[in-house]
Amino acid sequence: MSEMTEAPRRGGVEALGDLTSRGPARKRRAIFERAIQAVLFACAAISILTTFGIVATLLGETIQFLRQVSIVDFLTGTRWTPLFASKHFGVLPLVNGTIAVAFVAMVVALPVGILTAIFLSEYAPTRFRSVLKPILEVLAGIPTVVYGYFALLFITPILREIFPQTGIFNVASAGIVMGFMILPMMASISEDALRAVPSGLREGAYALGATKYQTVTRVVVPGALSGILAAVILSISRAIGETMIVAIAAGLQPKMGFNLLQSMETMTAYIVQVSLGDTPQDTIEFQTIFAVGTLLFLMTFVMNVVSDWLVRRFREAYE
Amino acid sequence: MIGLQIGKTVFRAPEVEQPEAPEETILSTKKLSFWYGEKRALDGISMEIPVRQVTAIIGPSGCGKSTYLRCFNRMNELIPGSNFDGAVEYRGRDINDGRVDPVSIRRQIGMVFQKPNPFPKSIYDNIVFGAKVNGMSADMDELVETSLRKAALWDEVKNDLKQSGLALSGGQQQRLCIARALAVEPEVILMDEPCSALDPIATTRIEDLIRTLRETYTIVIVTHNMQQAARVSDKTAFFTVGESGGGELVEFDDTQRLFTTPSDPRTEAYITGRFG
Repeated sequence: MSEMTEAPRRGGVEALGDLTSRGPARKRRAIFERAIQAVLFACAAISILTTFGIVATLLGETIQFLRQVSIVDFLTGTRWTPLFASKHFGVLPLVNGTIAVAFVAMVVALPVGILTAIFLSEYAPTRFRSVLKPILEVLAGIPTVVYGYFALLFITPILREIFPQTGIFNVASAGIVMGFMILPMMASISEDALRAVPSGLREGAYALGATKYQTVTRVVVPGALSGILAAVILSISRAIGETMIVAIAAGLQPKMGFNLLQSMETMTAYIVQVSLGDTPQDTIEFQTIFAVGTLLFLMTFVMNVVSDWLVRRFREAYE
Repeated sequence: MIGLQIGKTVFRAPEVEQPEAPEETILSTKKLSFWYGEKRALDGISMEIPVRQVTAIIGPSGCGKSTYLRCFNRMNELIPGSNFDGAVEYRGRDINDGRVDPVSIRRQIGMVFQKPNPFPKSIYDNIVFGAKVNGMSADMDELVETSLRKAALWDEVKNDLKQSGLALSGGQQQRLCIARALAVEPEVILMDEPCSALDPIATTRIEDLIRTLRETYTIVIVTHNMQQAARVSDKTAFFTVGESGGGELVEFDDTQRLFTTPSDPRTEAYITGRFG
């Protein structure tokens, strides 16, 4: 206390003199501050400008494409043969393939991810948790090309043992492995949501005579539901955007249907196929990848916005 | 005449000593010690809590009053690394006996927490939660109404029982938590600083409610507010931090006597505001 009362006096009149100084030191400081601000702004601007640049390119080429193909044919057509002599530009087979792979991935990742999250957050002893968490993170760090070959060379042969009609390239194998790939993200975001449920709510449930299972299923999970939903949507969005696994293991045949044991082409796999091939630029074939890219971008963008909204709504709930 | 003033509340020693009626004990601890890991929180506390009265536990921060309270419904066993020694008895039965189910203990001994913790569900679902998890087959609508009436919240919420418990004010949330605890028909209600997060008006309402509830329930309330202890309780226990670093019971007596003629100098120092 005594120090506090002494301190302001020490500066006294001199300090007041400093307040009105207009010396060169002050000017240097001001220039320095402004320079720092400018550098920081420039860095922030790079990412914004890049985003705008990408969106502008996508839209520009897409408009070129839509001048030649009607948007209705593009969005509702069921035949996708832009690289063949008889060209059809119905994107639905690619959307079908994308959704089919994402569906299989979610069938794997959703239950396993949520149950893993519940285990980690509510049941795992601290020591076990400190081992399992890093292992999950390693799973998240495996390059997707490795997952792709894992699907093609390990999962597909197993599927062909069980279902002999399975194609070399098939949706199921790519989807299952993609499920493993998004599992860490699913589990990690869900676990964050579960842990964000105030411990007071758990205590409240126990104090009313609830068992641990009742506490988890009736209080903690419902309390974390919007966070878990956000995890699900982000995972779907990730599955839709994933490229390498499907390009390697799901094949390149745009097909409609629900047969998960056959090959299908996803939107991302198609984009890879064309961009790696020898399709000349400024042709309609080349422009298709921008149209598909724009559609893909819109799908993931909408999902990210929705999940963002859910997370925000979730946070507000306890404040 | 011996008198003592704490804030605006004036206590007077009883003019005539009343003969002690034998009190029925509902909860008791025998030489109860408690540790969080290596850290001692309670040091050999023996105390008998009388039935259908309000017992207040006061004392400085870190004296283990909340820890002590949480021993009665075995809430402490949810904390990893905690440990205890001694006995906690409910109606003469050791509640830490291996055959005793903590879930059934918690149905008999309800709890209200420091921070109001309604579930993020409707008012209705908050009340019926306990009944549902305990498999009680009561008329749920009736249970909701009687519980909310007992907690003096019915008139404020009866028109919208479907709204979220979190939409209520802090004081209403705390009364909802009391109603939720009452709905499982416990015999004892443990209150851990139930008003510390509330404004003075909400506090007054909770205190009024505690005085009403003492007719039917045994209430044990932990509070850092001595005036509150004096206002609502029949008996008061004063805890302090002992030499071992764990909480010790200094004095346990009728509230009026403890606040007017404390027998221990440490109690006197605390209630007159000279320490803590």
